[in-house]
Amino acid sequence: MPALPMQAWRWSDRCCLLPILTRQGMTPPRPDHTFPRTLVYPMLSPTDTTPRSATISVLVDNESGVLARVIGLFSGRGYNIDSLTVAPVDAAGLHSRINVVTSGTSMVIEQIKAQLDRLVPVHRVADLTMDGPHVARELALIKVIGTGERRVEAMRIADTFRAHVVDTTLGSFVFELTGATDKIDAFIELMRDLGLAEVSRSGIAALARGSRVI
Amino acid sequence: MSAEWTQSGAEILLRALKDQGVEVIFGYPGGAVLPIYDALFQQNAIRHILVRHEQAAVHAAEGYARSTGKVGVVLVTSGPGATNAVTGLVDALMDSIPLVCLTGQVPTHLIGNDAFQEADTTGITRPATKHNYLVKRGEDLARVVHEAFYVARSGRPGPVVVDLPKDIVINKAPYAEPAVQHASYRPRTEPDLGQIAKAVALMKQAKRPMIYAGGGVINAGPAASDALTRLARMTGFPVTNTLMGLGCYPASDPQFLGMLGMHGTYEANLAMHGCDMLLAVGARFDDRVTGRLNAFSPDSRKIHIDIDGSSINKNVPVEVPIIADAGKALAALVAAWQASDAPSDKPALASWWRQIDTWRGKDSLKFTQNMARGGIIKPQYAIQRLFEITRARSKDVFITTEVGQHQMWAAQHFHFDKPNRWMTSGGLGTMGYGLPAAMGVQIAYPDACVIDIAGEASILMNIQEMGTLAQYRLPVKVFILNNQYMGMVRQWQELLHGSRYSETYSAALPDFVKLADSFHATGMRAQSVDELDAVINAMLDCPTAVIADIAVDQAENCFPMIPSGAAHNEMLLGPEHEESGAGITDAGMALV
Repeated sequence: MPALPMQAWRWSDRCCLLPILTRQGMTPPRPDHTFPRTLVYPMLSPTDTTPRSATISVLVDNESGVLARVIGLFSGRGYNIDSLTVAPVDAAGLHSRINVVTSGTSMVIEQIKAQLDRLVPVHRVADLTMDGPHVARELALIKVIGTGERRVEAMRIADTFRAHVVDTTLGSFVFELTGATDKIDAFIELMRDLGLAEVSRSGIAALARGSRVI
Repeated sequence: MSAEWTQSGAEILLRALKDQGVEVIFGYPGGAVLPIYDALFQQNAIRHILVRHEQAAVHAAEGYARSTGKVGVVLVTSGPGATNAVTGLVDALMDSIPLVCLTGQVPTHLIGNDAFQEADTTGITRPATKHNYLVKRGEDLARVVHEAFYVARSGRPGPVVVDLPKDIVINKAPYAEPAVQHASYRPRTEPDLGQIAKAVALMKQAKRPMIYAGGGVINAGPAASDALTRLARMTGFPVTNTLMGLGCYPASDPQFLGMLGMHGTYEANLAMHGCDMLLAVGARFDDRVTGRLNAFSPDSRKIHIDIDGSSINKNVPVEVPIIADAGKALAALVAAWQASDAPSDKPALASWWRQIDTWRGKDSLKFTQNMARGGIIKPQYAIQRLFEITRARSKDVFITTEVGQHQMWAAQHFHFDKPNRWMTSGGLGTMGYGLPAAMGVQIAYPDACVIDIAGEASILMNIQEMGTLAQYRLPVKVFILNNQYMGMVRQWQELLHGSRYSETYSAALPDFVKLADSFHATGMRAQSVDELDAVINAMLDCPTAVIADIAVDQAENCFPMIPSGAAHNEMLLGPEHEESGAGITDAGMALV
């Protein structure tokens, strides 16, 4: 059975391609499980009081109340949530992935991870920020109301940012923009003088770069 | 043919409980759990103990669980039944007691409708439990019950709620055998041998070692206590226990320094402060133990064994964390210590012991009892005599307590050589815990001597359970140290708030002797020191439940004491000692 080169595959391809590969007599490459699961023995410096931002991904059972459990843990213990996304991530809908962007000192981040890890429906906790390079993307819908030169300028900037127009009237646009959080922040900032009316953001979805999976 | 839908949900539930080895349930009936009570009525395998308040059902199950090592089981109705149980659930969560609490719920089609006696039980108990479930389909019922028991007893134990809508327990449901493996929850219990080796290397180098052992050792079973004792004897290291850990190391052993922390002994706290190697086992560096964090054991290299990864580095950074079952980790340490050729520093250890003995010489728990006829009883003396007299009778003794001064005096002056004999509310500090907990212990050990050391204020918080004692003829002894004050609060008011005793006088107390009588128990009273021994003996001889009302010195304070915000080496010693530590700061006053 010919095995395919690892780089050609991403874990997200695996589920949908599995039946095709099997029919063709091929085995998909194993994902790289050398990714550090949870830092069981993190090295901490008690003097480290600088807060850092952390993107944490949590794989959970897709059962009722699981999001409340995670959010309750953050509010009950006084941790920050800067961004939160959650959705089922497997074909059967059995597991959900929660991505949380939080901030705190190293000791607090380690504590957040440990607290998440001991929740009963949690399968895995990964600190994408600490465990290596990762990609984090967000989707935003941005409504801009205006006419004349301001409308043209908004369109021009949207082109530069590769935003799509998903709804338009003679006096308004809704732009769809995907990208890193700071890119979306920058676009919104530019729209402020051009008739920015309303913003809806998804919060970030994030994955580790390379073949690593959580 | 277990998958057939031939039995009602209630019957399936009881079958699952039976398969989990449940022998006794503490509960209180109500509308939503009527079908379960009907099924209970028609079987004999599981015994039901009818309490008088749902909070007491949970505490009783805690006492049962803590004294036996089994999972305690509670059955309450929906709405107020469930909300009344919440205090007990949080108590069990804080002290890591394995419980399964079955709550009734309105039928599934009424959930969310503000139906009669409806409460969002899973919502309310989410932060009050280790995990909780709402059973929405009959086919999930048996699996969820088995899973609840697995979660309650695995890893760091804790309470689990299973919310059971009435239609689920009425309708037919299929049975499922106990599942083999949980999908996501598989706590690590085996220690990492690399970490064990690092720990032994640190222990061998230690010049001033210290072992700090907590309730996790008791939760890990009697074998963990044996392993701890072996390790201490082998190494010669001094041992201190937390409030929850008392009994996991024999108190009569010369290497035992007593309890540590806010009301711990002088030698235990100064040894914690002065040690250069600290081995923490099944203890969580609680604020009552550490005192001011930035001055906690400043010169020690720390090893921390805990089954819960979130306890590691939570309050105090440690050098060698070991995430494992305390018993398995201690056994691994014993083996690795024996296998290691590295010498330990015996002369340094001997000089460390000389230092500890000078601290011991201070006798920080000493008190003076006026032995003259009519002398006022010191609360410490009452507990000391209770200990000496029960020990002389050499019957297995189980002690529970309420919360307050009497609890600390009991921890200081009643000594335990075996685990599972001491039941107290440590983390949550729940007044009213002791009487129902004693009830649970007495159910588990019908022939043992079970004593609730109480205060006159705490005991009134669950006094209705005297009715349960009467119904089941449980000969629990309630030993009230009656100083007519909420003593611990009064003590803080004296030390921190200019002796303004705001609302801490126990006004309009009942006559406890008559109260005992009205609950079909025996009441006795000791007013002065010459009456004490006779009352204790009469209490222990009495075949029924007893309330012994011991009038004690109203002015007595619980010492030694580390005030909030102070360090271990800034202890306040009692009036028996001339010098005292640094005392109380404004910042400390703001702490609890």
